[in-house]
Amino acid sequence: MAQSDETKKKVVVRVCIGTGGLAAGGKEVIEAFKKAISDFCVDIELDFTCHYQKVGCRGFCARDVLVDVVDGDTSVTYQGIKPDIAKRIVQEHLINGQPVKEWLIDDSYYSFHSKQMKVLLKDCGTIDPEDIQAYSKVGGYTGIRKILSTMTPEDVIAEIKASGIRGRGGAGFPTGVKWEACRKAQGDVKYIVCNADEGDPGAFMDRSIIEGNPHSVIEGMMIAAYAIGAGLGYVYIRAEYPAAVERLKLAIAQAHETGHLGKGLFGSDFSFDLRIKLGAGAFVCGEETALIASIEGERGMPRAKPPFPVHRGLWGRPTVINNVETLSNIPYIIRNGASWYSSIGTDKSKGTKVFALTGKIRNTGLIEVPMGIRLGEIIYDIGGGIIGDKKFKAVQLGGPSGGCIPDHLLDTPVTYEDIVRTGAIVGSGGMVVLDETDCMVNIAKFFLEFTQAESCGKCVPCRIGTKRLLEILDRITRGLGKEGDIELLEALCSDIKVASLCGLGQTAPNPVLSTLKYFRHEYEAHIKDKKCPAKACKDLLIYSILEDICKGCGVCKRACPAGAISGDKKKPHKINADLCIRCGACFDVCKFNSVNRE
Amino acid sequence: MAGLATVFGSGAMTNSMPEIENNDLLFVIGSNTTETHPIIGLKMKKAFRKGAKLIVADPRKIDLVRFADLWLRQRPGTDVALLNSIMHVILREGLEDTEFINTWTDDFESFRGSLAEFTPETGERITGVPKEKIIQAALLYGNAERPGIYYTMGITQHTHGTENVYAIANLALMTGNLGKESTGVNPLRGQNNVQGATDMGCTPNMYPGYQRVDVPAVKEKFEREWNVRLSEKVGLTATEMLQAITNGSLKAMYIMGENPVLSDPDMGHTIKALKELDLLVVQDIFMTETAELADVVLPAASFAEKDGTFTNTERRVQRVRRAVNSPGEAKRDSAIIAELSRLFGYDMTYHSDEAVFREIGRLWPATAGISYRRIRKIGVQWPCPTPDHPGTQYLFKGGFPRGKGRFTAVSYRPSAEVPDNEYPYILSTGRQLFQYHTGTMTRKTSAIETVAPGPYVEMNDEDAQGLAVEDGQKVRVSSRRGSIEVSAHVSEKTLRGMVFIPFHFKEAAANVLTNPATDPVCSIPEFKVCAVKIESL
Amino acid sequence: MIKLMIDGKTLSVPDGTTVLDAARRFHINIPTLCHHPKLTPFGGCRLCLVEIKGIPRPVTSCTTPAAEGMEVTTTSPNLESLRKTVLELILSDHPNDCMICERAGDCTLQELAYFYGIRKNRFSGERRTYSKRDGNPFIERDMEKCILCGRCVKVCDEVEGVAAIDFAYRGFKSKICPPYEKDLNCEFCGQCVAVCPTGALTGKAWKQRGRQKDVREVDTTCAYCGCGCSLTLHVQGNEVIRVTSREDTLNEGWLCVKGRFGYNFINSPERLKKPLIRKDGKLEEASWETALDYVAGRLKDVRDKYGPNAIAGLSSARCTNEENYLFQKFIRGVIGTNNVDHCARY
Ligand SMILES: Cc1cc2nc3c(=O)[nH]c(=O)nc-3n(C[C@H](O)[C@H](O)[C@H](O)COP(=O)(O)O)c2cc1C
Ligand code: SF4
Ligand code: SF4
Repeated sequence: MAQSDETKKKVVVRVCIGTGGLAAGGKEVIEAFKKAISDFCVDIELDFTCHYQKVGCRGFCARDVLVDVVDGDTSVTYQGIKPDIAKRIVQEHLINGQPVKEWLIDDSYYSFHSKQMKVLLKDCGTIDPEDIQAYSKVGGYTGIRKILSTMTPEDVIAEIKASGIRGRGGAGFPTGVKWEACRKAQGDVKYIVCNADEGDPGAFMDRSIIEGNPHSVIEGMMIAAYAIGAGLGYVYIRAEYPAAVERLKLAIAQAHETGHLGKGLFGSDFSFDLRIKLGAGAFVCGEETALIASIEGERGMPRAKPPFPVHRGLWGRPTVINNVETLSNIPYIIRNGASWYSSIGTDKSKGTKVFALTGKIRNTGLIEVPMGIRLGEIIYDIGGGIIGDKKFKAVQLGGPSGGCIPDHLLDTPVTYEDIVRTGAIVGSGGMVVLDETDCMVNIAKFFLEFTQAESCGKCVPCRIGTKRLLEILDRITRGLGKEGDIELLEALCSDIKVASLCGLGQTAPNPVLSTLKYFRHEYEAHIKDKKCPAKACKDLLIYSILEDICKGCGVCKRACPAGAISGDKKKPHKINADLCIRCGACFDVCKFNSVNRE
Repeated sequence: MAGLATVFGSGAMTNSMPEIENNDLLFVIGSNTTETHPIIGLKMKKAFRKGAKLIVADPRKIDLVRFADLWLRQRPGTDVALLNSIMHVILREGLEDTEFINTWTDDFESFRGSLAEFTPETGERITGVPKEKIIQAALLYGNAERPGIYYTMGITQHTHGTENVYAIANLALMTGNLGKESTGVNPLRGQNNVQGATDMGCTPNMYPGYQRVDVPAVKEKFEREWNVRLSEKVGLTATEMLQAITNGSLKAMYIMGENPVLSDPDMGHTIKALKELDLLVVQDIFMTETAELADVVLPAASFAEKDGTFTNTERRVQRVRRAVNSPGEAKRDSAIIAELSRLFGYDMTYHSDEAVFREIGRLWPATAGISYRRIRKIGVQWPCPTPDHPGTQYLFKGGFPRGKGRFTAVSYRPSAEVPDNEYPYILSTGRQLFQYHTGTMTRKTSAIETVAPGPYVEMNDEDAQGLAVEDGQKVRVSSRRGSIEVSAHVSEKTLRGMVFIPFHFKEAAANVLTNPATDPVCSIPEFKVCAVKIESL
Repeated sequence: MIKLMIDGKTLSVPDGTTVLDAARRFHINIPTLCHHPKLTPFGGCRLCLVEIKGIPRPVTSCTTPAAEGMEVTTTSPNLESLRKTVLELILSDHPNDCMICERAGDCTLQELAYFYGIRKNRFSGERRTYSKRDGNPFIERDMEKCILCGRCVKVCDEVEGVAAIDFAYRGFKSKICPPYEKDLNCEFCGQCVAVCPTGALTGKAWKQRGRQKDVREVDTTCAYCGCGCSLTLHVQGNEVIRVTSREDTLNEGWLCVKGRFGYNFINSPERLKKPLIRKDGKLEEASWETALDYVAGRLKDVRDKYGPNAIAGLSSARCTNEENYLFQKFIRGVIGTNNVDHCARY
């Protein structure tokens, strides 16, 4: 007798379809599971029904595609799943009850999660972002209902202030204070804008939140709108995030259909609507005044402050601009209370912060940690330490506006105040780990290249100043640095910081200043000794063959694209320094380590 | 401008340029301001940026339409109907200013009756402007606090031009929108010193300062000052002069600095008439088309070669200063006149240009308070009767020169020549931004010639399609008076059934085609409406 | 009114005045390049940075509204050194062309470099170079000299309402240009030329016609339309080589294409230079004496034969008031008729 489907037990297959998951084949993996199940159905009758759940990023992107198999109370997680593995999991695990060992997550998955504290990323990795019900089921939209029935806008602002949350977009400005200023500003029309421009290279926190839990952002914006007195919101999102844009559009459409957006919401007289504005991918458009200009249809160029957007923002009206992560936190604060939120973190830095952990570290991915955690814990406990047997050199925080923090400061707690004291900033959440092979001058140059290319061109110190900085850094890495260059860099950096109009220019020198602060000797080595201690600046390298080790195998000779290596078979070879283009091909191919590089 | 003078007792812009930016509504009718008066256009744009509403009434999609809140696209020649129906709505909505009407005007009740027939529906039928827009215009103008009306040749160059002006005046009077800062009626003068030439009495019926030649006391005053005997017979207007040549009563003409061959309607007729003269003397800086017909051509100095004053469209008397010497033997016009006069035995030498100006002040009190010294940097607006008078920024503060403003009932009357089967299109002529008037000056600058190289006819894209005319193609445009060949500029800019030709270009002079029919009151020819046909070549 | 203190002086200014305007009202000079009094503040050049008590970093005085009780410092070693850095940076990306630049002597950048005595520059490096020349007939756009102050962009948008140019590209490569870097195609009012603080925008016709030396400036009134704009004619020898307009005039310094660029007729070779009399159907040169005797004689003949009303005069809306007055006086008083009109009295 066939069991009816209702009485069969339910098995849930949960697949990550964040951008990382999608890129690794998340959708294909789901299809593969479906196909495998239906293939088996033909031959045998299954004693369970299989449900599929698409979920957003759960952080461990290095191991995508991540798949959870939830069978009753037990949940098993697989990593690195490809479509062709689905069949085995169905057969061995679902049908025969034996999890497939070789794809199971390992210890690093646990250590990756142990010191994290998931508030935002929890729902992000468990609910279906394409279904508004999924969000409602975990408590979504209860925050807005609660405030509409029981709280005045002033109450909401007081609650947000009490929570101590500070803006996650980079500057860490207290969110409640910002809302209050806008609430008090004169104006019949006000706006709430969500900044989803996320321009820092390597950062993807905001994208993951929108992809994984778009309704939390919408609800956060609604609460903000109610608090400041806005009826219309804009999400400014970069066009390079097609998946996030699609998901957001879908979320807005569903919210409209189900009465979560529009006029007279939840039986109150509060109305709210949302528009999406696609950004053209300029980093500076994340700066709030440039973002406003861009929404208004002008070139994204910052405007001088004051007046601040809370007084004169979009179309000249009072406007609050908040980051995605900031807004996404709001429903949780309202739901769980300000005291819950302020119990997380330190005195002045509350709550959790999401970081994108990348670089020379074992466990890369998206992490959420309580404020106040020490840098070392992130790098060694969550990140699992440096790849290979290399030595840790520094961790870069805050992207192009941030700085590098060296080994001896790894005890620094991740708080706005403590990080700034090191010369870096918490920033929006980019965290890049560097090892001994990273040249610090080069790192500074990398970020300067970015900011210089992204400068909007409006003001002189940023437009021309960063160009000159870059040129000086470039000549240092090419061995053409001059006596006095360091002092010139310092002087110019400090003037650019003071004299630039917007945050881009004001922070652009940070990568240079912080590397100068902790790694001045590397700059000096480049300039005085014409040497790159990390052996990364190829113009400063000299390749030679150690005659006593060379076996004369000729591999290097064949590998050399410049024809700089000569020598007879079985005899030690030689590199002609005049022809050598310092590409390092010989160094890489030699099996006997007989190529010397210094 | 006779129209305005009849209504108010003086015909000029009632406000001044700096006031424009403070209008809260601009009603621009029959004026392609940004092209013909670019700097006034800038002030309008400034008003717009400061939040003013803008109504543009023009059959062509002129540049200002970009900024307009409301665009009324009336058929050429139907302005009276448009304005009357706007006024009809204003009365219907009770937006007239009763207090102003009672205190400052005559004849309102009989005038009110004249508007009864001009319902918005009638307005729509005659003008082609949807009645909703007529109503909207009435509400905008009627409710505005500081509305300014601006018009140019699109209003005056009609056989019923004076009636158009009356209608505009009626509108301003009934709403009390006159005599206040940034509120008034503003005819924009086309050329640098039209205002001045008129002020100076270069009109057949007025001495300098709008003093009538047929008033004996006035005549005596001038006879005394000039020490001559003067005629009290009103003279001929420019258009009448040409007729007088044809009928044999006018034998000699002295033309200073004008080019009627190109600028007057019906060029064929103008040339024929001028050739019949016994004597034609032309004084100019270039060999114009008119000079080519002359018996004597006298080389004159350009504005850069002489001292004196110009009076701009807002009655502001401003300095002209000599910067260079005239080429060859060219002389200042005043010197030539003085020399001629001497040959007639009358001494007209002055020891300076300012001496002339002071004589004007003696005869016309409105400029008596102005001296060259006072207008060293910035000009002064007449009336300015005494040296300590600041000049008059806007007119009719606290009353009209003739006592009360007068309503004049006007009815819609079609243009003299309307399209028919043979000549199915309405031709309007006018100016464009880059060239100026008959081109004698602008066409000497090669850069201007590069961007505005030659004549064209602007026509509506749907009309062009019907005629199988493509953009850039040569067409022949003909009227009952002549024909020219020009290339077609096809766009949506002109209304269907209408074409536009700028009159700057002698190689295809628009005035070969135009109708010399004139307004009966002030003799302005109907440059804005005549019937033409178009053939593709 | 707002009371504030600038450099120790207590001043009163109307509400809404910026710190820069407040300072300038009281003749306290703050250097600027991108600011233009008729345009909205830009805040790009950073020269007008001032220190304000209570604000941690220097702010641009052109964008900061004066506030009650504000204490402003407009000059200090720190501010001057920032300004010098800014100037050095601009000059490090500017052609060293003053010798042959049209605007030498009338260039704000040159003037500031002079006041700050910048002879040696700490900065050097790549300069923007552009090989394509804008082919429009009026305005030379030498973008290598452009300092991206944005004045031209603003004037074109805010005053002229045309918006023919805008910023393009980013970073060091930022550039002001028409869409798609096409040749400029606009109303050619030249407002951009008037506001450009450097030699980046000049009149094509100005080239090598004369700069400051031996050039006289004569203020007069435009001879084109009825607006009556004030013009300043720049005269070298006996030739008008350039036309500009002062800012403190009715037209606020703005002109149209005709007023600004349409001055070549003055010096045109086609100008009439000698009186001409028709002989055997052809116009031939004559002396003034002959010509005027001839005119007077013929006019007298007509008057004697047909009476004064057989004569008419047409005067000109282009001529001065004085000339028009004399003309009608001649026709009325000397010829004896009121047959006088002008063609364009409409
Ligand atoms: C050059 C620059 C780029 C920025 N980019 C972003 C961004 O991509 N996303 C973001 O949320 N904030 C960005 N910011 C910060 C915003 O200007 C603004 O402070 C933030 O959106 C405020 O939100 P919050 O208070 O919630 O942090 C950027 C700032 C600068 C100066
Ligand atoms: S600091 Fe840089 S990005 Fe910011 S306004 Fe200035 S030029 Fe533009
Ligand atoms: S062209 Fe002149 S006005 Fe325009 S941005 Fe460059 S320097 Fe400024």
